[in-house]
Order: sequence, then structure tokens, then C-alpha cells
Amino acid sequence: MGLFDKFFKEPSWGVHPDDHKRPAADVPLRILPPPAKVYMPLQQHVGGAARPIVLVGQKVLKGQLLAEASGNISAPIHAPVSGTVSAIGEITAPHASGLGFTAITIANDFADRWIESTPVADPFALTPEEITKLTAAAGIVGLGGATFPAAAKFALGRRLKVDTLIVNGGECEPYLSADDRIMRDRADQVVDGVRIVMRAIGATQALVGIEDNKPEAIAAMRVAAEPFPEVKIRPVPTRYPMGSDRQLIITLTGREVPADARAAEVGVLVHNVSTCAAVHQAVRFGRPLVERIVTINGGAVKNPGNIFAPIGTLVSELLDFCGLKEEPARIILGGPMMGTPLPHGLVPLVKGASGILALDAQEAHIPEAGPCIRCGNCTRACPMGLLPVEMGAHIRAGDLDGAAKFMLGDCMSCGCCAYVCPSHIPLVQYFNHAKGELWAKERGKLRNEATKRLVEARAVRLEREAKEKAEAAARRKAERAAAKAKAAAEAPAQTEGETA
Amino acid sequence: MIPLDTPVSAPHTTTTQSVSRVMGTVMLALAPATLFGFWLYGWPSIWLFAITVGSAAFGEALCLRLMDRPIMPALYDGSAILTGWLLALSLPPWAPWWIGAFGGLFATILAKQAFGGLGQNLFNPAMVARVALLISFPVQMTAWVGPAPLGSLMAPGLLDGLMVTLKGMTPQFDAIASASLLGFAKTEMSRGVDLLQSLGHAPMQSWFGSRPGSLGETAAWLIAAGGVVMMFLRIITWHTPVAMLLGIAIPAAILHAVDPARYLDMPTHLLSGGAMLGAFFIATDYVTSPNTSLGQMIFGAGCGVLTYVIRTWAGYPEGVAFAVLLMNSLTPIIDSYVKPRIYGRDRSGAVLKPQR
Repeated sequence: MGLFDKFFKEPSWGVHPDDHKRPAADVPLRILPPPAKVYMPLQQHVGGAARPIVLVGQKVLKGQLLAEASGNISAPIHAPVSGTVSAIGEITAPHASGLGFTAITIANDFADRWIESTPVADPFALTPEEITKLTAAAGIVGLGGATFPAAAKFALGRRLKVDTLIVNGGECEPYLSADDRIMRDRADQVVDGVRIVMRAIGATQALVGIEDNKPEAIAAMRVAAEPFPEVKIRPVPTRYPMGSDRQLIITLTGREVPADARAAEVGVLVHNVSTCAAVHQAVRFGRPLVERIVTINGGAVKNPGNIFAPIGTLVSELLDFCGLKEEPARIILGGPMMGTPLPHGLVPLVKGASGILALDAQEAHIPEAGPCIRCGNCTRACPMGLLPVEMGAHIRAGDLDGAAKFMLGDCMSCGCCAYVCPSHIPLVQYFNHAKGELWAKERGKLRNEATKRLVEARAVRLEREAKEKAEAAARRKAERAAAKAKAAAEAPAQTEGETA
Repeated sequence: MIPLDTPVSAPHTTTTQSVSRVMGTVMLALAPATLFGFWLYGWPSIWLFAITVGSAAFGEALCLRLMDRPIMPALYDGSAILTGWLLALSLPPWAPWWIGAFGGLFATILAKQAFGGLGQNLFNPAMVARVALLISFPVQMTAWVGPAPLGSLMAPGLLDGLMVTLKGMTPQFDAIASASLLGFAKTEMSRGVDLLQSLGHAPMQSWFGSRPGSLGETAAWLIAAGGVVMMFLRIITWHTPVAMLLGIAIPAAILHAVDPARYLDMPTHLLSGGAMLGAFFIATDYVTSPNTSLGQMIFGAGCGVLTYVIRTWAGYPEGVAFAVLLMNSLTPIIDSYVKPRIYGRDRSGAVLKPQR
């Protein structure tokens, strides 16, 4: 990139960290020997947790449904290996807290027997609704890390009549190369998946955005997309967070997604390249999402590279397969910019995990935070145009509402500000803390309002009831009085009669 | 494995940049101009520089000690040394030692630590100290000397130089005492001699900096070169310096064209006084200048125009320090009015309409 481009063409937002992608990206894809046990969490997606439909002791085939989707936004879970359901219980969730969540354990019988499936010869003869149904049944979620159920997004795209499918091959997180690998090795599958998704959402063109630090992937995808003019391969500048949907959309189409709105409202839908490949597998071959490519990388890894592994494999087994040079200082699920630190390796690989990093002490070292010198680097780096320096100062002073006025809610925690900070202030930590508190407060406020509404309704009801009671009592009294009067009126007559 | 006392939020990687590296880079960018100044003004200027920088660092350490805070990390970040350095560059090079000592202590104790230390001060510490010195000791602060390069006949040696700094200028060096160009022009104007006549016998004015003035004035080109290097290293952006220089240059060019007898020409304005030092190293101070590009342009332009106004119509021949301090006081206001446009919102913060 020339000097002119550097100063005038590069986006003004974002950061450019060392990408650490090679040599891991260039090592050919390896296949993990089948693990003895896999742990399938019921919650690997945004939305409701899946409902188990198998029993402990039940034999299952690879790809067999283990738990069905519950609710509108949810995804089913399938068996990644054939074998026996040995437990339905708790396992450590891939979260910094180390708390548990429910998973179905399958003891592998090493027979590798798939369920019966009916391949679809021509997916383009299917209706968009049928494609959506197949995708939903295959448990496909956004594999870039967002893990939003793909089928729910298809339906949204159709409803809002999107014209363009943006295919996210940005993979802007350092260290990760799972998407790079799938584009190099399985470009045909990706492009076929892209075309199937286009049919499902009714888009007329697909723009595949690939960062220009992946020339091999760009070349392979160009060859695969050659026969399909509607699928356009678009190299984009290497810049974190290019793989964030809003940044990729504006770079490729010039359309700006309004705050608080979804991308579909400006006529585009974003899907990850790996998600498209999974759609290809699901629609053409009836194969649910039970395996994925995951990057194993970091300074503590002996043989870094990309591994094709069953979902539910323990992170420790993946790390053992690649070998560790030393005890990692930190294990990260995902990339270093937005990934989650894992408390230990006994955590299952989930659908949205594109990488597992075992960082050595040097890589994981973040110097102690110093005072803010107001250098403005965070402001220049913020891809959303926010003022991290101001938000951070307000949160530090305990003024969370003040931070919210600087549109803290628009922050996507991409980490650019904390990355560029020369004083190493943990800005994202501040923001996440404040967002959590504000959210809890908002929820509390809603609950208070609901309580207030109920109390008011009760008061109205009691008043009404009291009034009705009083009216009824008055009515009864009147009736009684009338009856008495009537009786009194009749009685003298009677006595008169008797006496008469 | 994860030490629980450290944040667990991403990012799990960070830049190699640090505060001490930023300060160190700024010092490297200042080094050529400073060394040139040392050569030009000899040992007295070197002694004064050492005393000023030393007092600034001492003042910082003293405050931290009194507040029971760790001293070494704060000194190691380099900000106190840089403050002393910038102040030394703005002093008359043969000023007595107590000017440097008082200025250095004033800068870090009252103008920085009293506000809460690094990042908390509203005003540029070096400029606060300079203005305090200028108002308190106008004679010493305007006693300039002509260049007497190291090794030349006029130049005092190591110990003679120390004597100049400790005891003040002795009569043997009176011959090289001189006024600065801006000071000379102002004095002559005030006694009714217009520029067309007075500039004929003005103090030396050299494009290469060989002229009476502070260390940072004489080496204007080296200062500017250091500033450009900082831009390439992305320590500063072009917004503040360019706006400040334009803020001086545009009024200077217009008024000089209107009446050359009353108004100095544009190159003289840009190369004299603290214009270059101010534009590249003082107005760009992170702590006391606005955070956004547009804000920095407003800030820089304000510094430039005020400098010109003070030089031309106010009582002092030089106005960079006053201009910077005045604009420092506007920084919070500029920052609260000038904000970047948020993605998906208009400038007022309202949500954009979806457009296809």
C-alpha cells in the first residue's frame, strides 16, 4: 500500500494490530482424531436454549437431533459423533466466570455412522421458505461469533426485501484464520452456499468482502465465483474491525445502518463465509452443523494451525492435539480483540468458536494502567465515532448516566480504544461494567413501572369493588325497604280482611 | 491461570506504544533543535537547560513524595522532563540559574501536580511557568544574546559558561547582548520609527536560525522538521500545527500587504519567537488541547490568531505563551461542542433515516 493510500484511502477508523495469522493460516487443514467424549451445550446461540429430546443411555447417530429449538429465536443441537448419550448435566461454559451450563454428553462409539439424509439435487428449485426450514433444522447459527440463528435472519431478510447479501470474509481479528482456510480449501462450497442464501433471502447480488491480507483466499474465491456474475469478490483494506457488520456494509455499499436499526433496514444482510458453507452442507446434503474449522494459535502452541473438529470437543483436547510449548498464560475463545478468556481447558468447543488461543506470558501481558493523557488515540480509533475518553472518565467517576449521554449504548465493545491506549486503560472493562449496570437499572425501572401499574390497577379495582359493594348494599337496602313497605302495606289490608 | 485481579474483558492484546515512549519520541524530535541551540549559545545555555530540566523533575518528585505516591513510575513516564525541556527551549539561553530553577519548579509543582498530576492540568505547564517568569522577571526574561557558537572566540568555556549562568552576564560578554527581532521591532515602533527604516539595522535575521532568541526560536527549521517527524510517527496530527501557522500567516500576509511600514512580513512572523515551537510542540500537548480533529483545528487557529494579535497590538513583543494559555482555557468548551459524528446518527445525535 503506497503512501498516498495510507494517508487518504484507508478508513479513518479502527486499528491495525499485528495480525499473527501466519504461519498458522498457511498450514494445511488437519482433522482431529475423533474424541472419546463430546459435550453439546444446549445454549450455543443467541435466543432460547434448546430442549433435550434424548434420554441418558440412548444410542444416537452422528447428526441426530439431540435437542430441539424452543421459541422463535433458537436453534436445535445435533450429535457430533455417533455413540451413546452418557449424561445430561452441567459443564463449564465458555465464559470468564467459569459458571456451568447444561450440556448433553455423548460417549463416542467410533463407528462414525451418520443419520440417513436425503440429498437435494437442485437447491435452487426449492422455495426460499424450504431453504429456511432446512437451515433452521440443521441448527445453523452465525459462525463468525455472533451465533444468531441463520434461519431467523433469512426470514427477516425476506420480510424487509433486502437486495444485497454481504458475505463476511473479513476475519479481522488477529491470529484467526478459520475463514481464510475455508475460503482457500472449500471455495466452491462457500460460493454455492452464498447462492443458496441469496435465494433464501431474495437478494440479487452478493458482495464477498475479504481483507486484502488474504490473497490466497481472494484468488480461490475469484475462481469459484467466476461462473456466477451475481457473486462479486471484493477485497477490502485490512483494518480491524472490518469484519464488524456495520463497518463492512459501509465499506462495500456506502450504506450507513442507522443507530438502533438492523442491517436489513438498509437492504442488506450479512452472513459469514463459514455460515454459507454450513448452509451448503445442510441444504445440499441434509447435514446439520456438527463440525467446524477452528484456529488453534498463540505463542504457547507448538504446531499452530486450523483443525476440523466435532463441536463439543474439549478445548484441552484441541490444544493437546496441537501441542503446547509451555503452560499458557491465558486461553482465549475467539480472537484477542473480542474473545472470551477461559478459566481452564475443560470447556467444550461451541458453534460460534472460530479460534482458541493459548497465549504465552509475553503475549498476554498488558502493562499496568496509567493516567489518561488525553492523547485522543481512542477517539480516532473508535469505528463508531464515539468518545471513549469521555465515557471512560464519566464511568470512572461513577457517573454512568453521564456516560450514557455520550451514547455508550452504541459501543460494540470492539476493543479498538483499549488496544491503542498508551496508558493501557481497560476501557472496554469500564464500558461493559457500565452497560451491565445501566441495563440492570433499566430493567429495575421497568419492573418498578410494572409494579406501579399493578398497584394503580389494584387501587382502581378496589375502589370499583367498594363502590359496587356499596351500590349493591344500597340496592339491597332499598329492596328490603320496599319489600318491608310492601309487606306493611299488605299486612293492614290482611288484618283488615281478617277483621272484616 | 487467569489472575483474577486483572481485568478479564477483551482486548487481550495491546499496543506497544506507551506514555514513556510517546514522551521519549517527542524528546528525540526536539533533540536536533536543542543540540543546534547548544552549539549556537554555548555552555551557558547547556547549564541553564540542565538546571531547568532538573528542577522540573525535582518538583515532580517532591510532590509525589509529599502525596505518598510512587515516584519512579511517574518520573519514568518522561512528562516532567519534557515539560522542563520545553520550558528551557523558551528561555533566554544566558538567563541566570534561578530563572531555570524557579520556572522548572513552578511548572511541575503548581501548573501540573497541584491539578492532580499527569493528564489533569488545564494549562500547559511549560507555558504557565514561562508566563509567570515573564511577568515576574521581565528584565531577565528579555535579555537575549547574539549567537556565539561553541569554539568561536566570543564563546565562554565550560566554567566561564557556568559563571554566566550562576552569576549573570559579566561585562566581558556585553558585546553580544542583543534584542530579539520581535522585541526590537516593537521597541522601534513604539518610539515612532517605522519598520521600513528600523529593519535596516535590525538584529541578525537568518533563515538558518543564527539569530538572537531562545533555543527554540533560533532553530525554527529544525523544530519544524522535528514536528514533521512526529506527524509521520503518528504522535501528532497535522491539524493543530497547520491551523496555528495559518492563523499567524494569514493575518500577517494581509496586513503586511496593506501597510509594510507598520506590519512585519509573514516569514518573519513564522520564523520568529515561539511560532514553530508553539505550533508543533506546545499547542499539540495532548492534555491541554481538544480531542477531535475539528476541535484541534479551531484550537490551533485560535492560538495562531491570538499570537498575531498579541505580537502586533498588545504590550508584549511575543504572544505564543499567552495565546496557548488563553486557548487552553477554551479546550473544555471546544471539546463539549465539537464531537465526532457517531455512526448511524447525525451530528446532533439523532438516529439517521434508513436509506437504500
